[in-house]
Amino acid sequence: MNILNMTALETGAAIKNGKISSPEVVRQVLDAAETGNGKTNAYITLCREKALKRAEEVQKKIKSGELLSPLAGVPFSVKDNICTRGVKTTCASRMLENFEPVYNATVIDELEKAGAVIIGKLNMDEFAMGSTSETSYFGTVRNPWNNDRVAGGSSGGAAAAVSGKMALATLGTDTGGSVRQPAAYCGVTGFKPSYGTVSRFGLIAYASSFDQIGPIAHDAADCAAIMNIISGKDKKDGTSLDINYPDFLSSLTGDVKGVRIGIPAECYSNPELDTEVAEKTMAAVSVLQKSGACVEEFSLPFFDYAVPAYYIIASAEASSNLSRYDGVKYGFRSDDSGSLSNMYCDSRSMGFGSEVKRRIILGTFVLSSGYYDAYYQKALKVKSVIMKKTAEIFSKYDLVMCPVSPATAPETGKSLVNPLKMYISDIYTVWANLAGLPAISLPCGFDSAGMPLGVQIIGPALSDVKVLDAAHAYQKHTDFHKKYAGVK
Amino acid sequence: MKWETVIGLEVHIELATKTKIFCSCSAAFGGAPNTQCCPVCTGMPGSLPVFNKKVLEYAVRTGLALNCDITRYCRFDRKNYFYPDLPRAYQISQLYLPFAENGFVDIKTRSGKKSRIRIHEIHMEDDAGKLVHSVEGEFTYLDYNRCGIPLLEIVSEPDFRETDEVTAYLTKLKSVFEYLGVSDCRMEEGSMRADVNLSVRPEGSSKLGTRTEMKNINSFRAIERAIAYETKRQTEVLENGGKIIQETRRWDDVKGQSFAMRSKENAQDYRYFPEPDIPPLYITEDEINHYREVCPEFADEKAERFVEQMNLTEEDAEIITASKKLADLFEGTVKLCRTPSEVRFWFMSQLLYLMNENNIHADKVTLTPEKFAEFIGFINSGIITRQTGREVFEQIFFGDENFDIAAYIKGNNLEQVEDSGLIEATVQEILTANPKAVMQYKNGETKISGFFVGQVMKKLKGKADPSLVNKAVAEALDKA
Repeated sequence: MNILNMTALETGAAIKNGKISSPEVVRQVLDAAETGNGKTNAYITLCREKALKRAEEVQKKIKSGELLSPLAGVPFSVKDNICTRGVKTTCASRMLENFEPVYNATVIDELEKAGAVIIGKLNMDEFAMGSTSETSYFGTVRNPWNNDRVAGGSSGGAAAAVSGKMALATLGTDTGGSVRQPAAYCGVTGFKPSYGTVSRFGLIAYASSFDQIGPIAHDAADCAAIMNIISGKDKKDGTSLDINYPDFLSSLTGDVKGVRIGIPAECYSNPELDTEVAEKTMAAVSVLQKSGACVEEFSLPFFDYAVPAYYIIASAEASSNLSRYDGVKYGFRSDDSGSLSNMYCDSRSMGFGSEVKRRIILGTFVLSSGYYDAYYQKALKVKSVIMKKTAEIFSKYDLVMCPVSPATAPETGKSLVNPLKMYISDIYTVWANLAGLPAISLPCGFDSAGMPLGVQIIGPALSDVKVLDAAHAYQKHTDFHKKYAGVK
Repeated sequence: MKWETVIGLEVHIELATKTKIFCSCSAAFGGAPNTQCCPVCTGMPGSLPVFNKKVLEYAVRTGLALNCDITRYCRFDRKNYFYPDLPRAYQISQLYLPFAENGFVDIKTRSGKKSRIRIHEIHMEDDAGKLVHSVEGEFTYLDYNRCGIPLLEIVSEPDFRETDEVTAYLTKLKSVFEYLGVSDCRMEEGSMRADVNLSVRPEGSSKLGTRTEMKNINSFRAIERAIAYETKRQTEVLENGGKIIQETRRWDDVKGQSFAMRSKENAQDYRYFPEPDIPPLYITEDEINHYREVCPEFADEKAERFVEQMNLTEEDAEIITASKKLADLFEGTVKLCRTPSEVRFWFMSQLLYLMNENNIHADKVTLTPEKFAEFIGFINSGIITRQTGREVFEQIFFGDENFDIAAYIKGNNLEQVEDSGLIEATVQEILTANPKAVMQYKNGETKISGFFVGQVMKKLKGKADPSLVNKAVAEALDKA
């Protein structure tokens, strides 16, 4: 049985029914990952022996009926900024090249409790800073659909691995679109949950106010099944929400009758928006409209302010979050620097790549005395206006649909020369992070060059089920999510 | 020109919670290096702080005791700077919305001068680790046990004019914290630290001079010396036509001098911003009312009550209530034996003496009110004299709660001698041995009778009833 064309839920069912064993599934995915990695560079670390040993244990527990999760025995691959005990967690940085955490992220504990098998750690932009997965210390992630194109970022490794049949289910992280945009570029499904619904404990922080772990998988149902495992109140994360968590998977109806969908006019009048992306996105909207959703255009007045506000706040938090990498306790330390301050300076200059340093400098600047009010404080005000307007919008609409990115995946080597342009391409995704909203990216077609593109569905905070359900409805009527690149 | 010193204090106090402020590590003092830390308090990648609500309770109770307005909503901010003892490279503190503001403390100096010191604000924060330098100076070792110990920083207004006020204020804070049971305030263990902001100005001027901030002051004595030194330094600079530079100075207690650390121009920019990992804290009206209700009786009120109810002098009452532990011991003992004056006698003359002599802190006193009262009973019933009582008191002070007073008195043959025949015989013996003194008495030096009483008591090992001895000596001398 070849499980590489199957979803995570289908694979889980096959394991449960005894059609295939967990070790066999894990072996198939590991083989594919090892073969495909040469072309795509999706993985930083593969842990074959550990994973196979674990799969044997899990298999026994499935047989004995100890493990009941529909994803028990299924291999998972995890972005390399999520801490895994005893397995290197590098953040794709020289700074943490040899960092082996002595603790698991809460999501890893939860996955293991459910019987998932972690097979490897996925490449990404260094410290999740970037939109192309080109800032990795371990080299660029390449798009399985066309190796001359980027896979998107920062969870580029996750999207490339799913799309390239090198992973069945993955966890990425989304701070400004880092799950959704690579999912769109690689033609897979990526879900960013509401802020506070998935524990951030063990996620190496980039921007604490926005960071959220989310699944990248084959379809919305897989994402819902993964959410069932990873969501929930965690007493190790003070920002984790103490609410009643739904059963995401069994809540999926595939029915959007009467659902009010808003179409933000500014998103479509954006001059940067590629016409093919615009057309395919609108086509996706009409699929749901035909299934009974009510569609209406509205105005998103803060559209132009979201990106600057996001980059100011994210960089500010990053500059503080990344200060701990000082060469004193762990991570990269420059030798022979003489004084303490030189050691700090050299370790950080050599340990971090240029995009990370750019954002640390930017963040340090916006928090500096004399500039705080003009930048950071103002960005916070913009954020609070956005929160307020968002509440108004969702009093009229259940969901909003818009593109994920203005264009399909760019060629490698083109984006980092103009970082500002790269930042602006996050225009469709940062709103969900600023306001803590759930949002999903779904494959909705291909451009004339054959590259996949995605449509985004955004809902009000804690409407994760609704967002996943609309996505599920869309995927019931389309088959873009079933197209795989394979590894060319 | 006469100069006036103006001082403001920033006092850091470690709260005595069982666990740290953002993780569940033990907050106890003195563990072996790096045995009381975890990924959270050492800021390992991916770790997150989770606020210990006990800290807020202790903080609010402190704020109320220091007459502050308590905010209903507060937040933490990050204070960013690099130093090896700060593993996250930021301290989690409160800049924009501290939990308490606008309080005051009423103090009385040793000379009896009363004043009110205004509290600008109190905020919560976490402590940093410790650097330990090797003797050869070659290595610096890091101990992260102290990382994440909860701290309150109490910022006063510049209301102090003399060192005595500073000492009185710190003593008062120490007492308030002890009475609240939220900190043990031991300067020598670093659980209470004070930074001194000081400026001088011509007497009568209402304008504040340029101030300096002195850090690294670790004892009451050091504070007094640091203030004297800095006052003198600033006055000399100004009298010589110089200007004070606004700067942070480090007090060196060994050299008895302060040294400039950094000036305002190259002051650190801490880039404070709201801590995103900890949600804002809400303090409800109900909580505040509850903490008000459970607010203990503080030293001043207790002293007043003791004066009224137990006939103590103000001075004695102040001494007895200086520590809650001792005040409770005193009150508990009186409650059991109902003779405050006798308890006062033993408390002031023996208890404090033994503590002083053996350098025992009030915390470490193990004597219970039950044992103390039992002892007073032996005195009151005349079984032992005050003189032999001293020996017994020392035994109960160092002994445990199972110490058997009656057995000890019996075993050491300390019962009071009431045998008048024996006393009279002893008096006679002493008179015979000291004919010269008897002559002196007869020549009108009646004061010398005390000498005979003393000799008799000595001979009887202090066990004789003093009133019987007095009587016997007087009678014998008259007859002689």
